[in-house]
Amino acid sequence: MRADVTVIGAGPAGLAAAIAAKEAGAGRVLILERAQEPGGILNQCIHNGFGLHRFGEELTGPEYAGRFSDRLEGIECRYDTMVLALEGRTVTAVNPKDGLFTVESGAVVLAMGCRERTRGAIGVPGDRPSGVFTAGAAQRYMNIEGYRVGERAVILGSGDIGLIMARRMTLEGAKVLACVELMPYSSGLNRNIVQCLQDYDIPLYLSHTIVRIIGKTRLEAVIVARVDENRRPIPGTEFRIDCDTLLLSVGLIPENELSRGAGLEIDPHTNGPVVYDDMETSEPGVFACGNVVQVHDLVDYVSDEGERAGRAAAVYAERHPDGGAVETVPGEGIGYVVPQRIRRDGGENDVTLFFRVRTPCPKGELVVRDGEREIVRKKRLHMTPGEMEKLPIAREAVRNAQRLTVSLERAQEGTR
Amino acid sequence: MKELICIVCPSGCHITVGDDGTVTGNTCKRGEAYARKEATHPTRVLTTTVRLESAVLRRLPVKTREDIPKEKLFDAMRALDGVTVRAPVRRGDVVLRDVCATGVDVIACRDVNA
Repeated sequence: MRADVTVIGAGPAGLAAAIAAKEAGAGRVLILERAQEPGGILNQCIHNGFGLHRFGEELTGPEYAGRFSDRLEGIECRYDTMVLALEGRTVTAVNPKDGLFTVESGAVVLAMGCRERTRGAIGVPGDRPSGVFTAGAAQRYMNIEGYRVGERAVILGSGDIGLIMARRMTLEGAKVLACVELMPYSSGLNRNIVQCLQDYDIPLYLSHTIVRIIGKTRLEAVIVARVDENRRPIPGTEFRIDCDTLLLSVGLIPENELSRGAGLEIDPHTNGPVVYDDMETSEPGVFACGNVVQVHDLVDYVSDEGERAGRAAAVYAERHPDGGAVETVPGEGIGYVVPQRIRRDGGENDVTLFFRVRTPCPKGELVVRDGEREIVRKKRLHMTPGEMEKLPIAREAVRNAQRLTVSLERAQEGTR
Repeated sequence: MKELICIVCPSGCHITVGDDGTVTGNTCKRGEAYARKEATHPTRVLTTTVRLESAVLRRLPVKTREDIPKEKLFDAMRALDGVTVRAPVRRGDVVLRDVCATGVDVIACRDVNA
C-alpha cells in the first residue's frame, strides 16, 4: 500500500497533522489508529477546559476532539489498527480486516502520544492487591466503560489527571480521602487544585508519600509518611488511611517504542525523538508531534505542533512523491538481482540492474516487469552464469513501480 | 477581602476581591467576572456522563451548557443519574432541560451513531 502522508495515531496531534497535511495539498493521507474511533485520550477527558487558546471556549475533551474529527473528509482512517514497526518511511501494521500490511509513504508523522508511569516505575512497597490504578486507567473505566472504580480513594501524585479524577470520583459518590504529593509543590495546574481539591475539601499532603500498600485481595489501606528535603520518608511520621482505591498520577512518558525500533535519535531529557523546527526527526521524512515528542500541559499546543508536522510532511511528500523503495526480484532463469531495492526518490539518474542468468543461454530476451506491466525488453546473445548482465532502466519507470521482476525468455531453437 | 486563584484558564492568576467588590490581580475580563461571581455566588460547569442505549459506547459525555451554582452540583448529578439517552446523538443535543431549576440545559458532548 502507498500513501503520501501516513499518520500514526488519531489523537489530537495526529488529527491536526493529518488535516494540516491534507490542507497543504498532500494527495493520499492515511491515519492508522489503534482504537475504534478518533480522538485519543480526549474521549475519556470529559471535563472542560480544553481549547481556550484555539477556540476561545472551554470545551470538554470529546468536544475538542469533535472539532477535529469533523474535518476528516478526504482523509483515510484505519481504526483497530496496530502499527508494529517503522523502518525508514515504511510502516508495518496489522488489523483484523486487512491482516498484516505495509504502507510505503512519502512522509510519516508519529503521533503516538504518551503513557502513564505505573506503580512499578515508582516502586511503592507493599502488597499487590486489586484497587491500585493509574489515574488514566481509572478515568477510562469510569468515563468510557461506566464503572464505579471504588468507594474510598487516595490519590498519589498531584498531576492534573489525578486532580481531575479526585473531583470526578467525588461527584460519582466516592469519598476521596487525600491527595499525596512527594514534592513540596503540586505538579498540577493551580486551577485544578482549586476546582478539583479545594471545591470538595480534599486534603493535599505536600512533601508526603505512600510507603506501604496493604491488602489481601482488594486494597485495604495505605501508609503515608512525610518526606525530608531529599524526598526520603521520615520515620515516625507514618499514618494510615483506610481505602479501597489508590490512583497513581505520577507522570507521563512519551510512547516511543516505534521510534526506537526505527532507530530515531532520542533525547534523553524528553524521552522523545530529537526534532527539527519543522518537527522532522533524525530520519528524513519522518516527523513527530504532540506528547510523543514532549509531554504537553495543554492540548491547544499539541494541535499547533501537529499542524506544523503535518504541513512539513506534506511538503516533504511532494518533494519525494512516492517515497520508500521498489523491490527487485529474480524471476524465471535469473539467479539474483542487485540492487535489491531502488529508492523511488533517488534523484534523476537512471538505474542499472546487475544480475546473472542461471544456465547458459545462447540467445534470449531479458525482460523487466512491474507486475504484469513490461518495462524493458532487450535481446541478448551468449549469456552465461559466469558473465554478469547489466540492464539500464529509466528512473521514471521505477517511481511508479511496486516490484520489479527480471526474467529470461529463451529464444526457441531454430528461429531466425 | 477575599483571595482566590482564577480557574478560567491555565494561567491561574492570583486575584483579590476587596470588600467593596473591586477586583485586582486579574489579567483578563473573564477573570474579573469569575472573581466577582466567586466572591458572591460561586458557579461551576458540571461535566459527567449519562447512560447510553443502542450504541457501541455505554456512556455519553455531557455538560451543563453554562455554569450552575456550586451547591447544586450534587443535585444535578442525582438528576442525571436517572437519564438514559438513545443513540444516535449529536454534539449539542439537549439531554436534560433546565437541570434542577437552574435554567441551564445539559447537552451532549459528542456524536454517537446508532
